[in-house]
Amino acid sequence: MQIELTLNGVFQRLDIHPGETLLETLRSQGLTGVKLGCGHGDCGSCVVLWNGQPVNACQVLTAAVAGDSVTTIEGLSDLTKPHVIQTELVKAGAVQCGFCTPGIVLSAYALLQNKPHPTADEIKTALDGHLCRCTGYVKIIEGIQNAAQLIQDGKV
Amino acid sequence: MHFTTVGHSVAKYDGLSLATGRALFTNDYPIANVHHLKFLYSPHAHARITSINADAALALEGVIAVCHTFNTPQILHTTAGQGFPEPSPYDTTMFNPTVRFVGDKVAAVLAKNPQTAETALQKIKVEYEILPALFDYEKAGAPGAPQLHPEPGKGYPAGMPYRPDENLCAEVNIDVGKFEQGLAESDFAFDETFHTSYASHAMLEPHAVLTYLDQYNRLIVISTTQVPFHARRICARVLQIPEKRIRVIKPRLGGGFGCKQEVFLEYYAGWMTLQTGLPVKILLSRAEVLRATRYRHPVRLRLQCGVKADGTLHSIWLDALMNNGAYGSHALTVLSNIGSKVLPLINKAPYQRFTGRMVYTNLPIGGAYRGYGATQGYFALNQLLDIIATQLPMDVIELFRKNVIQLGETSPIFERLGEGKEGVRQNIESSSLLECITRGAQEIGWYSKRGKKLRHGTKVRGVGMACMMQGSGIPRVDMGAAYMKMNDDGSFNLHVGATDLGTGSDTVLAQIAAETLGVTLDDIIVYSSDTDFTPFDTGAYASSTTYISGGAVKKCAEEIKNQILSVAAEISRQPEKNLHLAGKAVHWAQGHLDFRSICQYALYTHNQFQIQASSSHISPVSPPPFAAHFVEIEVDTATGVVQVIKYVSVTDCGTPINPRLTEGQIEGAIVNGISWTLIEELRFDARGAQLNTDFGRYKIFSAADIPEIKTILLPTYDPTGPYGAKSVSEIAMNGPAPAIANAIFDAIGIRFRDLPITAEKVFQALQQQ
Repeated sequence: MQIELTLNGVFQRLDIHPGETLLETLRSQGLTGVKLGCGHGDCGSCVVLWNGQPVNACQVLTAAVAGDSVTTIEGLSDLTKPHVIQTELVKAGAVQCGFCTPGIVLSAYALLQNKPHPTADEIKTALDGHLCRCTGYVKIIEGIQNAAQLIQDGKV
Repeated sequence: MHFTTVGHSVAKYDGLSLATGRALFTNDYPIANVHHLKFLYSPHAHARITSINADAALALEGVIAVCHTFNTPQILHTTAGQGFPEPSPYDTTMFNPTVRFVGDKVAAVLAKNPQTAETALQKIKVEYEILPALFDYEKAGAPGAPQLHPEPGKGYPAGMPYRPDENLCAEVNIDVGKFEQGLAESDFAFDETFHTSYASHAMLEPHAVLTYLDQYNRLIVISTTQVPFHARRICARVLQIPEKRIRVIKPRLGGGFGCKQEVFLEYYAGWMTLQTGLPVKILLSRAEVLRATRYRHPVRLRLQCGVKADGTLHSIWLDALMNNGAYGSHALTVLSNIGSKVLPLINKAPYQRFTGRMVYTNLPIGGAYRGYGATQGYFALNQLLDIIATQLPMDVIELFRKNVIQLGETSPIFERLGEGKEGVRQNIESSSLLECITRGAQEIGWYSKRGKKLRHGTKVRGVGMACMMQGSGIPRVDMGAAYMKMNDDGSFNLHVGATDLGTGSDTVLAQIAAETLGVTLDDIIVYSSDTDFTPFDTGAYASSTTYISGGAVKKCAEEIKNQILSVAAEISRQPEKNLHLAGKAVHWAQGHLDFRSICQYALYTHNQFQIQASSSHISPVSPPPFAAHFVEIEVDTATGVVQVIKYVSVTDCGTPINPRLTEGQIEGAIVNGISWTLIEELRFDARGAQLNTDFGRYKIFSAADIPEIKTILLPTYDPTGPYGAKSVSEIAMNGPAPAIANAIFDAIGIRFRDLPITAEKVFQALQQQ
């Protein structure tokens, strides 16, 4: 079947199988920043933004996003112009193996869109669908707090 | 010491590449025409395969090949990714004719796509002769117990003790003095037994392998491995081709913690590629990671101890019985580490004994896991000290102070027990452990909380502590090597065999090079873990990379520095002793030369040569990092739920080369440790099949679960480490389990000797109290 969607800001027509997950579709488009960690919606490594809301791409059928907007980590920024969430996570030491990081960046981005001044507990809640085995989460929370502060101070 | 790059929290070399999703992991490599390999796993815990018929699978469109025990070579080897000869028994083949746990590999299908491969698996007809299974490792040596490895020819390549008729795959016995005599001389005697459980590393990236033949018919292996050089060697053995035909590449790695120090996938993909000429991909599912990879060895630990009236531990006997599951991966070394990394912490006892046995069962395979036996050992030792302090009675902090190893001291265990063989004699040349204890006690508020059982409704609080050490690489065994060359613009390529599994070792090694050469990190281009293009390194394990590989990088950079000075002397006509490096230039009293002009002179002008060097490094010693951990917990006596309120760690890892990354190692290990202590455990049904094979049922801590975490570094300077560094990646794993168990006892007076300490267990114990 064929669907239309806005993928990373670009209108596209894609040929897909009806049972295909959004994770499979995106990775087959070369968007490998969408990571497969569990395939059950438990770990958050494949989180993308669907009309601005974080979802586990492994739990969404691509057919369901027809006509909608999907943003992956590749659509948020690139290496020459990283988002402040990304630079602050790196500065905080929150990126170790980095496998969970793209998903966490997108969830943090969605959080800051809705709540520019989140508390530590609100950040923890926003990250609850993400697993990270490397960092113990401490520096992830710190990095997101620092990014929020910089945005708030108008320094980015 | 004043450093310009070392000791600074510079941004991780690959940080932005990872955070922007651009970094490539194994599963991200675009390889044309890649075919997919899927495994058929044994549904039986113990069975002999009598026949396999793959005709129906092969008849499916898109199925290329099926391999199994009857059409593959039977080459005995170990999957443990260790140095050669491996201190693990050779007890497995690519496909064993006998399957030994639910999840043992029976066959593999290669197909055009994963779905076809999965369908084909269902069509393979396997007939089994079911054998009696052994699940209880404490009964592995009992008369009449099923024997798992009766086949002749199995055992250690270097001939260590191996007795398959007792299901024994490793044994260690060390005596310092006579334990019984020491016990007789003591005022108090203690005898305590503890158990720890199977646990998964649960790194976020599942194992993956890509293999293909290049234009010279060489086998290229891209793999999620912590040990690329061992992977090449073990693949060469199993595939019966020379190492020169194999190139192993480790791209970005999504965590490992030891689970990827194991070579148990690469050769299947390699075999299929060699047979068919096709590119092959293996990508494990989370369920496969959770039931068919490697896990922390469960153990029964018995500690007997004689204590003097003043609190001095006088005589101690640590006995370990460990479960390696179906195959003996890391059997001898994890077992040895329980003694060698634990007993030296309490070095005052003149009488020390360590006895250990590792046995086979029909359960999943034990392997390397952050802490590597020490974690299990410290669960027992730190509780023993808490028990002694309660009984004497004595402040447990004073008990630790009286008994822990101190600067300038040694332990007889260092020399008697290494990893699978004798160790090395060494004295402690750096330690701030006593200060770590003081600082941690202050930070947790020990004296205002200990023994107070502060209660709020049904909730009661307690505090507990633990002390620990680890090593820094394996002395006289681990080797790292580095190669560097200088470029026109005064930058440097740094090539290391060392394997960054997410820890940040590429960054830390670049910092060591940059410090030595007086440049910033921007001028070091790191390339690591490629058996064709980087020099040898034993790999990422044993807390060795910063200390051992870092030593190689420092030597290599020093050699480069000498060459730069020599060229600068030639250009400037200054004696070398008048020259020094700083800010990417060579300076003398009257002038300076920048690195670009020095390199260009060497490359293009006169007496041309490439400024380049390579160095190797081993260490005759393994200086331990030390740490003291303190925890405050709250037990809900109505539900049994234990909540960690605050966790304080104070660590001496020598010089932290990158303090942020150092803290990250500690915090990650602590949360992993808390999660393991309270909720993690592989569970099995009566047939030995694992029940919790997804993150919904094998839960690990998320951000919402973590307590307040305070991470304090109390640096020392170890004279044997690069810029004073010791290791840090494993040690913190040893603290949470005993510290929490001790804190629970402080809160409710119940001692938990078995892991995990689940709410159910606590609730039941409270009911019985």
